[in-house]
Amino acid sequence: MSNVLAYAEARGGELRMVALEAVTAARSLADASGVGGEVHALLVGPPGIASVAPRLGAHGADVVIVVEHPALALYNPEAVTSIVADRVTTGQYRVVLFSASAQGRDLAPRVAARLGVPLASDVVAIESAAEPLVLRHPTYAGKVVATLVLAATPSLISLRPGAITLVESSRAGRVESGSTVVDPAASRVVVTEMLEGGGAKLDLGDAPVIVSGGRGLRAAENFRLVEELADAFGNAAVGATRAVTDDGWRPHSDQIGQTGRLVSPDLYIAVGISGAIQHLAGMRTSKTIVAINKDKDAPIFKIADYGIVGDVLEVLPVLTAAIREARKSH
Amino acid sequence: MKIAVCIKRVPDMESRFRVASSGTTVDESGLKFDIGDFDGYAVEVALQLKERSGAGEITVVSVGPDVVQETLRKALSMGADRAVQLKTEAIPFDGLAIARALAAELGGGGYDLILFGKVALDSSNGVVGAMTAELLGLPCVTAVSKLDVGAGRGSARRELEGAAELLAFPLPAVLTIDEGIARPRYPSLKGIMAAKKKPLEVRPAQLGEQRLSIRSLALPPERSAGRIVGEGPSAVPELVRLLQTEAKVL
Repeated sequence: MSNVLAYAEARGGELRMVALEAVTAARSLADASGVGGEVHALLVGPPGIASVAPRLGAHGADVVIVVEHPALALYNPEAVTSIVADRVTTGQYRVVLFSASAQGRDLAPRVAARLGVPLASDVVAIESAAEPLVLRHPTYAGKVVATLVLAATPSLISLRPGAITLVESSRAGRVESGSTVVDPAASRVVVTEMLEGGGAKLDLGDAPVIVSGGRGLRAAENFRLVEELADAFGNAAVGATRAVTDDGWRPHSDQIGQTGRLVSPDLYIAVGISGAIQHLAGMRTSKTIVAINKDKDAPIFKIADYGIVGDVLEVLPVLTAAIREARKSH
Repeated sequence: MKIAVCIKRVPDMESRFRVASSGTTVDESGLKFDIGDFDGYAVEVALQLKERSGAGEITVVSVGPDVVQETLRKALSMGADRAVQLKTEAIPFDGLAIARALAAELGGGGYDLILFGKVALDSSNGVVGAMTAELLGLPCVTAVSKLDVGAGRGSARRELEGAAELLAFPLPAVLTIDEGIARPRYPSLKGIMAAKKKPLEVRPAQLGEQRLSIRSLALPPERSAGRIVGEGPSAVPELVRLLQTEAKVL
């Protein structure tokens, strides 16, 4: 009963970064608990998905349980619920970790209800790995932090994307084949199509750096400057405030804030963003925050680690050139 | 079309929150409460579906103490037909307990659709809709941003990180509603008057055991006061140096 299971989220046949976060957290839980135990990763997808198993091993999975079926190429909520619930029951896991991604937010509560156990969702830190688990979870739009006690076996947790820093910890990642349990082609709810947006661009939840723009950019076309800065980093995604997405300067999916995406990248650069509570709720857990704004009294400077007071249209091109130069020397 | 909408009473998130002396709840004095943002979208979706089909009944359900009756009356004033309060002393934090109470109320009710907001921003759990669906054995789509309901079937879109999924599902079904699908209407004066006469039933909530609880609440540590590196483009070299040597993020 001392093993830990991580759901290794895949999408479109590819492993997602959040899968490695779940495995990293599972490894640290197994190592911290003092009772030992193995880390198992559960990987569900189309035939061939097993090829990504070594990446899960590299982040601490002793065993990778692979369930492959053509009807699992796209997310199949009902079949995956059955697969995960069955695995949790037969494997008698102590803790089961999901990501609080779009897929994890859909899947984890289904599995929890199927098993009759609670779910601690959108957890940003595991404070005690012994039973009962003690967890940290932002509430009230990030303005109040709750310390939770989860006293259930198995303990189901979903982790906020980006809250776990990836750690490599080489383990065997021995592949075992798992059961589909049900006929994945017989699900009532069917994902008929997945629309990939933004091409090869990094997703806000995966990017270690986010450059985000607000009304201070003054016009939609000036977002080009934000995109150029993101390009200079090479590992950055572009976000926006609600004011900007409401005005149609950027798609709704780019919105960071209480009603949009909740992110915590290593570096968040707020460009022409005043710092409304609604926006701060989505990014205040970022590790380092930089703000550029012409109003020296803007609330964003109160939570930013580093600020530049100035016109974003003047500062951004200079910063972009400097970042390009700094990246070159690495 | 028979629709149930499950709604939660939540404080205005723009408020300045304080932790109550118990240490496990926020101090409610001075807070303004309303239907949760996403729950409001769900109510609006239900109203539009009923208007389009020309017939049907909308039931709004809320778990909590008597103050949730105010929230239910608001939904009735928007146009819902009847309300049910599942009475508890306090709204539990464990979403499974809430889902159990809702499933006990809604099971066998003959609803074509059971709608939720995708998350309530006070507890920020976002689990009750999918859990209720699972307990009822109903098909479920979460975080619906576009919806089309026809005869016995529906299709929906949900947003992912940098992508979207299109889904098909049979009725009856449980849906949780995302932002951007419908802007909730304001109650009309006529609606407010009519709401006073609409039925509001009160029953005890069947929560069962709760195994997830709040040990303590705290305000997040203030980030150490921001340092202004400088003004205008000339501050850029110093910023880059700090990002490299101090924050070590480059």
